[in-house]
Amino acid sequence: MSGDAVVSVQGVSKEFEVPGGSSMTALSGIDLEIMRGEFVSLIGPSGCGKSTLLRLIGDLTDPTAGSIAVNGKPAPQARVDRDYGMVFQAPVLFDWRSVEENVRLPLELTGNDKAARNARVSQMLELVELSDFRRHHPYQLSGGMQQRVAIARALAFEPALMLMDEPFGALDEMTRERMNSEVLRIWSQTGITVIFVTHSIPEAVFLSSRVAVMSARPGRITRVVEVDLPRPRTVETRESRRYFELVTEVREALRGSEGKGDPMESALERAAAEGGIG
Amino acid sequence: MGYLARNLRRNLPAIIVFVAAIGLLEVWVRSMEVRAFLLPAPSSIVGALVENWEVGYQIWPAAQTTLLEAAGGLVIGTLLGIGVALVISRWPVARDVALPVAVAINAIPIIAFAPIANNWFGVLSPNSKMVIAAVLVFFPIMINVLRGLTEVPASSLELMRSYAARPATVFLKVRVPNALPFFLTGLKVAATLALIGAVVGEYFGGLNVALGRIVVQSASKLAFEVTWAAIIVASVVGIAMYLLIVSVERVVIPWHPAVRGERAT
Amino acid sequence: MTALAAPPSRTRRRRVVTFLVFFGALFLVWEAVKLLGGDPIFVDGEKVWDPPLKISIASDLNLPHVWSIVSALADPWRRSADQSLLVFLGVKALYTWREAAIGFGLGTVIGIALAAAFVHSSLLERAFVPYVVASQTIPIVALAPMIVFFVGNDILAVVVVATYLTFFPVTIAMIRGLRSPEPRALELMRSYAASRRTIFWKLRMPASVPYLFTALKIAATASIVGAIVGEGPGGVQNGLGRAILDFNQSYITGPEKLWAAIFVTALLGITFYLLVRLAEVWYLRDRAPAT
Repeated sequence: MSGDAVVSVQGVSKEFEVPGGSSMTALSGIDLEIMRGEFVSLIGPSGCGKSTLLRLIGDLTDPTAGSIAVNGKPAPQARVDRDYGMVFQAPVLFDWRSVEENVRLPLELTGNDKAARNARVSQMLELVELSDFRRHHPYQLSGGMQQRVAIARALAFEPALMLMDEPFGALDEMTRERMNSEVLRIWSQTGITVIFVTHSIPEAVFLSSRVAVMSARPGRITRVVEVDLPRPRTVETRESRRYFELVTEVREALRGSEGKGDPMESALERAAAEGGIG
Repeated sequence: MGYLARNLRRNLPAIIVFVAAIGLLEVWVRSMEVRAFLLPAPSSIVGALVENWEVGYQIWPAAQTTLLEAAGGLVIGTLLGIGVALVISRWPVARDVALPVAVAINAIPIIAFAPIANNWFGVLSPNSKMVIAAVLVFFPIMINVLRGLTEVPASSLELMRSYAARPATVFLKVRVPNALPFFLTGLKVAATLALIGAVVGEYFGGLNVALGRIVVQSASKLAFEVTWAAIIVASVVGIAMYLLIVSVERVVIPWHPAVRGERAT
Repeated sequence: MTALAAPPSRTRRRRVVTFLVFFGALFLVWEAVKLLGGDPIFVDGEKVWDPPLKISIASDLNLPHVWSIVSALADPWRRSADQSLLVFLGVKALYTWREAAIGFGLGTVIGIALAAAFVHSSLLERAFVPYVVASQTIPIVALAPMIVFFVGNDILAVVVVATYLTFFPVTIAMIRGLRSPEPRALELMRSYAASRRTIFWKLRMPASVPYLFTALKIAATASIVGAIVGEGPGGVQNGLGRAILDFNQSYITGPEKLWAAIFVTALLGITFYLLVRLAEVWYLRDRAPAT
């Protein structure tokens, strides 16, 4: 493990058994290093294994081959030591707990003293700007707010790493963009390392320092795109020329990873390049 | 609109049906004297109820006795049901045994094991009725608590796994709260069954001042107004137990969609 | 809603084995209790074993030996009869089962019809559902004689009682089931300009089948209980209800017979339940398994 790598994935592959006896290779030969304080996105078509990779890092499943180190330890140990917080696509809040009780949940498992616990919860709620809703129950909140509670909860025990699996996939575009800014604010305030799985190219480029593009069948990292946009990133960033260039770069990397891509599109492109059509 | 007024409005159709049914019944029974023999007019049932409230057949003390037996049976059956559900959720192999046995016990009609229970625990003792009630209560409680303990969303379990939480912690913090709504659903069913168990148990023998005994004795003396009065009181007690649990639900699980009233049941 | 696929044969075999082991254990416990606290055992007039404790529940009258129940099944059911108790009870069980099945079918139809009405008219629902619920708080044993009196002293009364106990779980489950399709599915149907009737038959009904089966499993045993309870006051001679009442009256002279009758009743209940379960497994075989 070189430098200050928070996550080190080496030669990892993952196979699943398929009903009928054969096996399906979800991931093959994954090598990835993520440095402290980075914001890295994983993007790829459905079935490329990006969520699987995230869950392997979180030790929610075991690799078939290869090794994963988190915070200098094997992934299972990192899980036991609670070195990371995870945010899923659905908020997974408990109906029967209020907002502050939900955020408190991971802290209850580490047996901190009550005063420290409550202080931490208040701090987290302030971070995601939901202090006024601490007594509310999940059903009283919108989808975006629920995800913010989930983020507060994931950060509750100050982990070194945050794993996010398409957390904003269920939200509308405008809320999504707002949440993107929220996540960046939290990231810069806490200095945490983030691995972010997404379907959305604009989101990946806006948020990350690096974007890992994956391909499907078998799942591989085909390219890593460096995102050199200046920080802090704002609404203006989304409208800058460099942003569009990077989005295009990622898109093409994705298309390339899918194989020949849409034959119709490439034909049109060739025609446009040769004959100057539209 | 005030809470009471809103409630009244929602229940108005049911109230109208009730009043109309009673009215029709009264008219029909009075005009067809033949049937009055077994189905007395509602007014005479009310009369018999009032007459025999504290004296005569002593319906009110009898209701208290029966309620006590039902409550006792409810407690015993609930404890047993929860206990077995806990065992099965911890050791799933027990399920293959317990479920068929529970179904089998459920299939035995009261009239078959009530005499045996009376034999075992004493005909005149309220204990025998409590046992009968407990047998009826056991199944719905067990099955509902079991569902609540085991039907937890996979995502919640995965969340707890990401916290490296111990199984005991998962049990306490996830499974038990998850089971609470299921338990209360089962309790509603069980409460009415407990009352029926107590009444039917009394049918086969017991102290005189009990609702089931009143039904039997008044019927044998052809005093059918009293019989119906006792049946109705038993039914009302059962409904009251049911409603009590509904209000407990509102306090204990106000966050649950069914209690919030989002969609009907 | 959960749909249960048939388990692989390995699991099924293991279940059967576990079940048998349990029954073996139950038998041992039963006899052990009697050995400890029951009546003394005599062989050819000689007292061979005197139990150390005296538990009244374990006496031969209250808890007959398992083998005496089994042998009573093999013996004629009455001194002057040809049929063994087992065959006698078996015939009665079949008779009762027919009544229960009719009640089961009627109760299911009524339950579905009521639920359909309630789902489409919230007015009807608010007016009548409280009474549907209240109907089950009236001890059926008390109502049964009234029903017999009104309907007549025959099978019809029994069927009515069985129907009465069946329709309630079906109604409640179907209300939930018919309402179970998510709002988006309903919107889809409306976008096809589907009539309420089409929506009912093509969306609501198929969606409610898992709920229906849950209720049918409860209704199966409930209809049998209803049939037996109805036979008592109904004076129906050919069913299990009559047999139970008779054996109850003659308990002192032959406690094994009542126990045998209870055993057959439970068997009947389980069998009916398993039939419904088989139908459920077959019908829902293509649906997604439970999470």
